[in-house]
Amino acid sequence: MPGLEDLYREIILDHYRNPRNRGELAVPPAHRVEGFNPLCGDEIVLYLDVRDDRVADLSITGQGCSISQSSASMMSAAVKGRTVAEAKALIRAFKAMMSIHEAGLDGPGGSDGDGDLDGQGGSGAEPDGPPAAETPPLGDLEALQGVVKFPVRIKCATLSWNTLDQGLDAAAS
Amino acid sequence: MALSPGLDVDAIKDDFPILDQKVHGRRLVYLDSASSSQKPIQVLEAMDEYYRTTHANVHRGVYAIAEEATRRFEEARGKVARFIGAREAREVVFAKNATEGINLVAHSWGRTHLGQGDVVVLTHMEHHANLVPWLMLAQEKGVELRYIPLTGEGTLDLSGLDRILDGAKLVGVSAVSNVLGTINPVRHIADAAHAAGALVLADAAQHVPHLTTDVAELGCDFLAFTGHKMLGPTGIGGLWARADLLEAMPPFLGGGEMITDVRLDGFTPTEIPWKFEAGTPPIAEAVGLGAAVDYLSALGMDAVRAHEVDLVTYALDTLAQRHGQDLVIHGPTDPRIKGGVLSMQLGDIHSHDVSQVLDEAGVCVRAGHHCAKPLMRCLGANSTARASFYIYNDRSDIDVLAEALGDVRKFFG
Ligand SMILES: Cc1ncc(COP(=O)(O)O)c(C=O)c1O
Repeated sequence: MPGLEDLYREIILDHYRNPRNRGELAVPPAHRVEGFNPLCGDEIVLYLDVRDDRVADLSITGQGCSISQSSASMMSAAVKGRTVAEAKALIRAFKAMMSIHEAGLDGPGGSDGDGDLDGQGGSGAEPDGPPAAETPPLGDLEALQGVVKFPVRIKCATLSWNTLDQGLDAAAS
Repeated sequence: MALSPGLDVDAIKDDFPILDQKVHGRRLVYLDSASSSQKPIQVLEAMDEYYRTTHANVHRGVYAIAEEATRRFEEARGKVARFIGAREAREVVFAKNATEGINLVAHSWGRTHLGQGDVVVLTHMEHHANLVPWLMLAQEKGVELRYIPLTGEGTLDLSGLDRILDGAKLVGVSAVSNVLGTINPVRHIADAAHAAGALVLADAAQHVPHLTTDVAELGCDFLAFTGHKMLGPTGIGGLWARADLLEAMPPFLGGGEMITDVRLDGFTPTEIPWKFEAGTPPIAEAVGLGAAVDYLSALGMDAVRAHEVDLVTYALDTLAQRHGQDLVIHGPTDPRIKGGVLSMQLGDIHSHDVSQVLDEAGVCVRAGHHCAKPLMRCLGANSTARASFYIYNDRSDIDVLAEALGDVRKFFG
């Protein structure tokens, strides 16, 4: 049975205690997107400033558990300054890491944990996206891998990523 | 450790096979009965025995086992009726759960009697089950919703009640809050509502399992209940209502079982309660609920409540001593008006994280907003960790909880 140390890696607790890129950006030029986890009431507000096809700046407010907060913090550090294509590739890579198959769970209910059931999910059709930009390294984000062993927490980890996905789409349109 | 004013908890624990297991190598301490209670062997066996010996569809076959199945289904209705003080069994409509019972009132009674500008009064502490059906009516029909607010102690603030009730047609109130544990003065509210010409719906999902319930004493006109929180199986619960109200209400769902005649150009509904029970009902579940009622009746609801008061008193003392100001427990602090429900906030540690660490100690609590988001906003809380008690819990369970909350603080401190 997975233990707490699988879930709460030191780097996760560090991002939880000292979240990066916390705060608001002026709207416009930034876009403001909200994400909700209907299961637990966690919410995230993402401010996203996309310029010349690049995530020039982003910041985050909202409240949630250590997993959702640290995931958002790590995400912000990972995508800041990246091109939109790279950010999309990271989203795909992160969601793939969060998909449940490798945990060997047989029950329903976990689904792929990407939030689509609650309508918060991304616009789908990922496989058809523009041919992958080089996927930036997941780096610290790998620490969140242990979350897969705790299926109810997967939505906590993916909340900010689904919100980012929406935000990138909003910024593009 | 099982000393209790009312109950022999050690003997009770033996009736609940699920409690006899280890989780993460620790004794399972189940503190989530406000979500759903565990089931005693008597309930499991009643359902099993029914399927092994008696199962057939009800109200149809004229053969022996079908008649016996029908008898047992209706016997269960009678048991529930007696348990909540109904005058007649036909005042009890079986449905899937309390939510469906409330929706029945909103659809059938509400659509008949409520229109543009009519007022329904609810409270700030309602479960979504007693909010969303009315919000739907508000959207659809322009019904006006008013809310009884809360006091700082987590009780209903009744100071403006007369004004709020002015012109109201229905008052919907939870008899016991699933978040704060507050035992609401349903009788007082019902008297005021009736004087103002309104009917009263009590959401008794958390009342029937824990307190003696007598619909006449509560003074309500409708009462919703749910079987799985009172030792019964999932999939059964429903609505009690005065027979004259049910008789005047149109059917809710249509289908088999609820008609006396169907022609190609119309139908004639059958009598109550079957008029509201379209399709094959949850028969084994009703039998299980009947066994649950027998189990609770044998313990005596006064003893059940006395035990709960003891646990709440002990828990509030123990947790305050061990965790002091770091642990906020929402709702009343007087055990006389508090059910066995503690909604906790431990410093600024999120409830998900609290319950994850508690799980490691074998302790099951509920994390989140408990299907009461407007109430959580009133409390200024995003979410809480909720521990709730029932007949199979004892003081040692609370000791384990208090200790495990210490682990949480160490982990996130
Ligand atoms: C106060 C209250 N009302 C209604 C419900 C709904 O019960 P059910 O989900 O069984 O319909 C619950 C249970 O979650 C509750 O606590």
